[in-house]
Amino acid sequence: MKNIQEIQNTAVVEPFVCEAPNDMKKAESWTDNIKYLIVGILFGIVFVKAEIISWFRIQEMFRLQSFHMYGVIGSAVVVGMISVFLIKKFNIKTIAGETVDFHPKKFQKGQVYGGLIFGLGWAITGACPGPIFAQIGSGYMVVIATLLSAVAGTWVYGLLKDKLPN
Amino acid sequence: MKQMFDFILQPWPWYVAGPLIGLTVPTLLLIGNKSFGISSSLRHVCAACFPADIPFFKYDWKKEIWNLIFVLGVFFGGIIATNFLANPSDFVLSEATINDLKALGINDFSGLMPADLFSVETLFSVKGLIFFVFGGFLVGFGTRYAGGCTSGHAIMGLSNLQVPSLIATCCFMVGGFTMTHLIMPIIFKLF
Repeated sequence: MKNIQEIQNTAVVEPFVCEAPNDMKKAESWTDNIKYLIVGILFGIVFVKAEIISWFRIQEMFRLQSFHMYGVIGSAVVVGMISVFLIKKFNIKTIAGETVDFHPKKFQKGQVYGGLIFGLGWAITGACPGPIFAQIGSGYMVVIATLLSAVAGTWVYGLLKDKLPN
Repeated sequence: MKQMFDFILQPWPWYVAGPLIGLTVPTLLLIGNKSFGISSSLRHVCAACFPADIPFFKYDWKKEIWNLIFVLGVFFGGIIATNFLANPSDFVLSEATINDLKALGINDFSGLMPADLFSVETLFSVKGLIFFVFGGFLVGFGTRYAGGCTSGHAIMGLSNLQVPSLIATCCFMVGGFTMTHLIMPIIFKLF
């Protein structure tokens, strides 16, 4: 009976593909969402304290004059890889008891064209989308313009999506 | 205790910050079956505020609200770290980078951002339009076209051993090197 209910529940959900989907089957209340606020706060603190939000650090990285950013990204990937491996290997469940969903990515030309375009923007603004929010929090008000422009860029992509090679 | 707090106030080395960022992946997966990725928040803002009947923005963004709450947290984290955990010493940048940037006309190396560029007054100049408006546009357009950013592709995608994410990450780097070494010197000559 429970299985039938589950199938019905998933059937209603419209297909939605993005890189950070919510795969939780159970609906979450506002109080459940506090978890993500806390993880976000800790994440923002790490961004500032490791100076990842710094325009200078990004310049250092692209000029190969410091190991710092490579060390941050590299060790983050290694820890992420080990975690994902362990979750898969031991079938570790979420705190709500669900099986963790992973999403294989399909190769698309957008990963090349879009990747190059984002790279250009990353070096000039000194920010990927995450650090933008921490930069604004750190009091760099001019970055609000970067954020609004990034929202505009996302919107224009949505508008032109079908006309672009992909 | 004071020693511990003094350590927290110092800039965090990569081997502390990197693993903490990596741990975000299992944390989000295990507390709510969420794949780590930040640039999708920009898409949810579009879907929530200006969907304009574009199919790409017609989905149940409320189901993805966790992503917007997460970036709100990142914003608060920025406030907390800057106001209560600020580094008491000067910002240290490699000598080589200082020399390169001086040659381009940047003179203020006291903060995390070059004060020559990151002021609201700059925004209303050609320089500001290029660095913030055009640059921000490239970030938003490029991440969505690539289907993710440093978090969704470089960290979550590589953690899950996805070849497309490796391709995307290499392209991010190639784009960044191209801007830094080939295009930025031209931009700085404009002023």
